[in-house]
Amino acid sequence: MSLLNWIDKRIPFSNTMKLHITEYPAPKNFNFWYLMGSLAIVVLVNQIVTGIWLTMSYTPSAEGAFASVEYIMRDVEFGWLLRYMHSTGASAFFVVVYLHMFRGMMYGSYQKPRELLWIFGMLIFLVLMAEAFMGYLLPWGQMSYWGAQVIISLFSAIPIVGEDLTTWIRGDYVISGATLNRFFALHVIALPLVIVILVFLHLIALHEVGSNNPDGVDIKKPKGTVKPEEQAKYKFHPRYTDKYDIVDAIPFHPYYTVKDIVGLVGFLILCSLVIFYAPTMGGFFLEPPNFTAADPMKTPDHIAPVWYFTPFYAILRAIPDKLGGVIAMFLAIVMLALLPWLDRAKARSIRYRSKLHKLNLAQFVISFIILGYLGVMPATDLYTLMARIFTALYFGFFIFLFLYSKNEKIKPLPERLTK
Amino acid sequence: MSNAPVDKGRRRFLTVATSVVGGAGVVGAAVPFIASWNPSAKARIAGAPVEMKIDKIEPGQLVRSEWRGSPVWVIRRTQAMIDSLSLVEDNLRDPGSEQPQQPEYAKNQHRSIDPEWFVAVGICTHLGCSPQFITRDFGSMEGVDAGFFCPCHGSRFDIAGRVYQGVPAPTNLMIPPHYFVDDATILIGEEEGAA
Repeated sequence: MSLLNWIDKRIPFSNTMKLHITEYPAPKNFNFWYLMGSLAIVVLVNQIVTGIWLTMSYTPSAEGAFASVEYIMRDVEFGWLLRYMHSTGASAFFVVVYLHMFRGMMYGSYQKPRELLWIFGMLIFLVLMAEAFMGYLLPWGQMSYWGAQVIISLFSAIPIVGEDLTTWIRGDYVISGATLNRFFALHVIALPLVIVILVFLHLIALHEVGSNNPDGVDIKKPKGTVKPEEQAKYKFHPRYTDKYDIVDAIPFHPYYTVKDIVGLVGFLILCSLVIFYAPTMGGFFLEPPNFTAADPMKTPDHIAPVWYFTPFYAILRAIPDKLGGVIAMFLAIVMLALLPWLDRAKARSIRYRSKLHKLNLAQFVISFIILGYLGVMPATDLYTLMARIFTALYFGFFIFLFLYSKNEKIKPLPERLTK
Repeated sequence: MSNAPVDKGRRRFLTVATSVVGGAGVVGAAVPFIASWNPSAKARIAGAPVEMKIDKIEPGQLVRSEWRGSPVWVIRRTQAMIDSLSLVEDNLRDPGSEQPQQPEYAKNQHRSIDPEWFVAVGICTHLGCSPQFITRDFGSMEGVDAGFFCPCHGSRFDIAGRVYQGVPAPTNLMIPPHYFVDDATILIGEEEGAA
């Protein structure tokens, strides 16, 4: 291939492909949970492409936004499909990202040496939430408007500068066209750029330390400690083999690209079912009040954020103090980012950890889901009490983990990957 | 390239001096980007005071207006509403209006100039929703029928906009500067005697 040769002399094309795709050693025991990373990339591409097409027909102004979304839905050819792909994609993104994060928690993928990889992931999650929040204002419906009002007002809880800060963020004394325009700019260019850069750093960090796996034991052994016949029988890039003896690994391509495509087909079938048969998902993906144009004079009877924010929203409401609630909500995310230092266990994977840890993780998942449910519901006395209990359990997960993990009784770790 | 020995002190000084000057430049260049997010001249003008006719308002009625893009309520309170103000005080967070949520002339039990007329910004002090005006069965208390209830997070305020205890809203509703131009007109957004 003389063309490839010509290119390779000028940019390291073949070498990069080998390093990151065809000769990248991936543990051979990846299961269902390892689909989520590549699915997240597919959803990101979907959001960018459908998003670019939506901007072609959308009007970012307080006067024109709501009507232009109706225009996209009714008059633009396939506009409805592009919009539903984008709105369903937003929810699908969070489904995939939450499962991806749970995978990391289950198999201890945040532990040394993958702390920075985990931090990049948490930053992506944070920027993704900002991206989704700003995108939700753009249709300029009632829920867009009042949801943004509630979330921006969170900053007014900050002592002294709070009020001025919220006016600065809105660019007005209330949410107005100025707010809509700046959110549009941030949603379509600034934050997507940040996300793409962070995803790049996330992948580079992943390939530097190597993928974790369901057993949580290393596939890279010190150079010279493994007999040649025990090593993986594939050709890997010298970047990896020069420093390590590699066991139980297969190249990412073709083995995992093929596997990911199978998962992708199933995922796309599920997404298509939502897009074509239940685009509002019963009011969870697109909320009913958002089919009414924004009215600054009238608050809807019940304001709830979109489902992916509700666990954190329930924590916000559970604390009977404005500043305290805001701090607790942000702390709920910060705690996740601190996991690499809170978990001091000698084993990564849940397979080799104590019953106590399994119980703790299970109660965390249950608390998270119940908080998500409570965040959708109106704040009655019973629900507020429940939100307080499950907020305590949510934070309890991290506190318990820190306390028991240091002297946790773990099962003996295998030398090599099992099965 | 000369072979003269490196003067480390001089190199450090130049590095620091260049960094400081460059840093100051970056800070200066950031000013227009940050300041452009402030409300524009147009938005500030929209914050001008509004005038309202009040001679047609019936006792017990709430009339909405708009000031700085926020809903403003004018309520003509009934005698029963005024009487209820002293009944609820044990349940309030700030019955004496100690927090600076009102002009000096509204720092009293009825939080207004005239007990009959109540003027407030209709935005919940928790997270900015607009509370509902409830006129019957508001409290579980005898003699208290009216108040404000925020549907977003369940905050409750009495008929003078004073916040109840045990709800998320931290402070009483905000009272805008206002004054009576004559018996039939009220001006919201400006103090009496201001330019």
